[in-house]
Amino acid sequence: MLGLNSKDKTLFLIVLALTMFAPFLLNPFPEGSELAQFNAGYPDLMQRFVIFGIFAIGFNILFGLTGYLSFGHAAFLGVGSYAGVWMLKLLTMNVVPAIIVSVIFAGLFSAVVGYISLRRSGIYFSILTLAFAQMSFALAYSVLTPITNGETGLQLALNDPRILDFDAADGSLPATNFFGIEMRDGFELALGPWLFTFNFGYYLCAVVMLIAFYISIRIFRSPFGLMLRALKTNQQRMRFTGKNPKPHTLAAFIISGMYAGLAGGLMVAMDPLAGAERMQWTASGEVVLMTILGGAGTLIGPVLGAGVIKYFENIFSKINDNVLYNWFSFLPDGMQDAFVFMIHPFIGKGWHLTLGIMFMLVVIFLPGGVVEGGQRLKRLFRRRGGSDSAGGASSAKVHPAE
Amino acid sequence: MGILEVKGVNKRFGGLKALDEVNLNVEAGAVHAIIGPNGAGKSTFLNCLVGRLEPDTGTVDFDGSSLLNLEPHEINQLGVSRVFQTPEIFGDLDLLENVMIPTLARRDGPIKLDAWSRVDHLVEVRERAEEQLQDVGLFEKRDMTASSLSRGDKRRLELAMCLVQDPKLLLLDEPTAGMSRADTNNTIDLLKKIGERGITKIVIEHDMHVVFSLANKISVMAQGTVIAEGKPEDIKGDPRVQEAYLGGAHL
Ligand SMILES: Nc1ncnc2c1ncn2[C@@H]1O[C@H](COP(=O)(O)OP(=O)(O)OP(=O)(O)O)[C@@H](O)[C@H]1O
Ligand SMILES: [Mg+2]
Repeated sequence: MLGLNSKDKTLFLIVLALTMFAPFLLNPFPEGSELAQFNAGYPDLMQRFVIFGIFAIGFNILFGLTGYLSFGHAAFLGVGSYAGVWMLKLLTMNVVPAIIVSVIFAGLFSAVVGYISLRRSGIYFSILTLAFAQMSFALAYSVLTPITNGETGLQLALNDPRILDFDAADGSLPATNFFGIEMRDGFELALGPWLFTFNFGYYLCAVVMLIAFYISIRIFRSPFGLMLRALKTNQQRMRFTGKNPKPHTLAAFIISGMYAGLAGGLMVAMDPLAGAERMQWTASGEVVLMTILGGAGTLIGPVLGAGVIKYFENIFSKINDNVLYNWFSFLPDGMQDAFVFMIHPFIGKGWHLTLGIMFMLVVIFLPGGVVEGGQRLKRLFRRRGGSDSAGGASSAKVHPAE
Repeated sequence: MGILEVKGVNKRFGGLKALDEVNLNVEAGAVHAIIGPNGAGKSTFLNCLVGRLEPDTGTVDFDGSSLLNLEPHEINQLGVSRVFQTPEIFGDLDLLENVMIPTLARRDGPIKLDAWSRVDHLVEVRERAEEQLQDVGLFEKRDMTASSLSRGDKRRLELAMCLVQDPKLLLLDEPTAGMSRADTNNTIDLLKKIGERGITKIVIEHDMHVVFSLANKISVMAQGTVIAEGKPEDIKGDPRVQEAYLGGAHL
């Protein structure tokens, strides 16, 4: 089925199940309970999970397979976003053309940036991509204001042409839709104290991510993927073996740029607004963190990394001192204060600190990221179970399988 | 007419004249050994053949066409494969993948980007690679990561990667360095066996046992020039060779 081997098929089906049931899985705590603030099953965040998942999957095709570390991929996401909003303004509120055009523009832009940046490798390549991204960021604020609308950001307006839409003209901005299904719509399901939200926008993003994930598996398992891994380990040997590494790296760069554009397009399909801050270097850095945290060069790692980081960003940042006082209210006053004082730097605005520490721990102790952690746990359990045959003997190397 | 004709090649590194008017003519099907003391310019000479270095002056013609100004992958696609002095392999990949890559390179050419078929469905390519691993005695280790091999095995792997391409010209830069006596003899047997396939070979070797059991022509290099050339018997007795190469000791 699908042209995947059995291991990949299992992985794909797991991801399929996780994304389809995400509204349940991410809302495990009953409404109104103390823990409800850890629920992540609201549309906005779920969309972000899968959109950044796509961004990271694409980034991993470049970084994970070829080892070329781009520090400018947010630029492609930004270009995709702007192109997408323009389609929504000019053509139609149907998101399909917007998403397609996002991918195309990001692809074209990454072809230019890749062609130039790939003349160098290592740190010089990284610096070149960073320079391009920062240049785009600066241009979006200055010369290109007619296209980007500068600091305000590019947004919809009532008098946009939208030549394909017949406006109801009721004086409000129309909503983005997928052939009539509005992205912000959905339905809610209350089961006792639990409340689950099923949002159409999320499901569109989820389906797109599944397709993106599937394509990435196919690339990993293809001769092209093999050549990318080959040039990562020894470009000299690849040349003397009769393969030209350049078109391979450029193709990987463009593909990952298109993934970034796809993510940008989906962002504006969910929320039709594009700002230059999306192209800033911090945004480029974030996708690097996601990929490494999850496990560069693995299939599922980037998705996990994106999930972890977005969860922290949105959930940990919401915990404030009041919440903490609540948690520790069972302690005597003095200890309560002490605990809150100790934890305070790690929550709320301090979530970056928590994330930073976590990132360092992962890089030092689990260079293969969350995926390697999972593999180690699996081996540990197998050993406990007594059937040590495969687990113990196999090397500690992270297989690109999972 | 030789399959490889090199005329008047010079190469300088700053003040050092690494190659000085080198001429070399290799007959098709021959096993042509290049011997000479350390730093004689032997590896530099091979670098000029495969496109790692560009000669300052001179011509390099292979099979009727010039190799000058060609990219390494283009030269390889013309049928020139090389085993390096320090093994160049795909360290992070397993042995089977290491041999499948050159097989694919030969089958698909330098830039075919095939992102849709599946490597594990390429039965022909895999079987060809497995056969080749069998030939060099590494089949049992096919799932191992290449970087974990011993130095001798790495060389054999690299040899397999070259042989699987069925090159017209095989360049071997010290193919038995770092091997045990037994492994060296295996490699000699292997090279003799592929000799029957008619692959032309240039072998750089310090081990005279290897040289005299394989070569049917020998060039001696010293300080960037070819100082003697001929059949193994002639070279053995040539006093200039003994002087330059062995400091007067008898071969
Ligand atoms: N890329 C380079 N840059 C500068 N000098 C070089 C370079 N490559 C080789 N040389 C110098 O050129 C000379 C010839 O080196 P080469 O490696 O060709 O010798 P060789 O005959 O292969 O020796 P060996 O038997 O030790 O392998 C040496 O003096 C070496 O230091
Ligand atoms: Mg040498």
